[in-house]
Formats: sequence, C-alpha cells, structure tokens
Amino acid sequence: MNLETRARIEDLINSHSIMVFMKGTKLMPQCGFSNNVVQILNALGKHFETFDVLSDMDIREAIKEYSNWPTIPQVYLKGEFLGGSDILIEMYNSGELLEKLEIALAS
Amino acid sequence: MVHPEEVKALIKSSLPDAMVNVEDINGGGDHLNVNVVSSTFAGLSRVQQHQLIYRALAKELASESIHALALKTSTP
Repeated sequence: MNLETRARIEDLINSHSIMVFMKGTKLMPQCGFSNNVVQILNALGKHFETFDVLSDMDIREAIKEYSNWPTIPQVYLKGEFLGGSDILIEMYNSGELLEKLEIALAS
Repeated sequence: MVHPEEVKALIKSSLPDAMVNVEDINGGGDHLNVNVVSSTFAGLSRVQQHQLIYRALAKELASESIHALALKTSTP
C-alpha cells in the first residue's frame, strides 16, 4: 500500500469514533455481512461513519493489508480494529459491544 | 469453490488439535459457515483467533474461491 492510501485510511479511522469500511452505504448495504454491522450499530443507537469500499479500489485492497484482515466489513473504534461481522455479532449478543462502545465514547 | 473437506484439512494443517465444522450454506461451496474449537485460541483476542483461520485459508480467500465465510472460534 502506498503512503497516500495509508494516510487516507489513518485519517478516516482517527477522525471518527466508530468507522466502518463496508460494501455499500449505511442506507444501502451491498452485502449481508456489511448489513449485519449496520443493523447492529443502528440497534445500539451509536453514531458511526461508513466508507464504501466498492467506490474505491485502492482503499478496498489497502484496508485488508492495514489490519491484516482479508474480509470486509471492518469496524474501527477510536482507531482500534474491532473486527468484522462475526465478531461484532458475538460481541453484540454478549453485551460486550455496548459496554465497549460506551466506555470508548465516554473517554 | 472449495470442498468443505478441503477447508477442514487446511485449518487442521495449521491447528492440528482443532475440531472443525464446515457447513456449506447454499450448496455452492463458496458460502461457508465455519466453527473452530482449538486450545491454541486460549489467551488470544477474537481478532487474533480469526486471523489464525484467515491465514490458513489465505489463498482461497484471496482468489475468492471462498466468497463468504462466517466464522466462529472458541476454546474447548
């Protein structure tokens, strides 16, 4: 990944408390896994930003390298990689996600 | 597509103690539900646990012969 792309990724994840790289948009997810993440964050009522990787091939490939994670969606909380759809579902079901978001957003 | 048995073998080759269950969601072989139980996961974060599996399946994921992978990991 080139430096410019890395800088764009870092800018996105550092400028938004909850940043989601996904296929499609919040209103029109283009993949079931991306949709799962949007539904979960909506259900918890937290504000989040999304980036549509289908609109940008550079980011789409670079984000996988950045996190050493081969799939999309990817969720970042205060710059930290939290996981993809399966992890979010698990954390949501256990109540851990809400707790983690509230602590991070309060600080 | 990848046969569920191949996916199982790939995971077991990097985590020999793992109990692996692979479910082919739509019969096409490229949408898989994978459940892995291994003592290797002890002490690792969920992200790290999934990364171990992704690493074992790197080639298949990169070529999109596995298009969608729902993954669940746990310790025995």
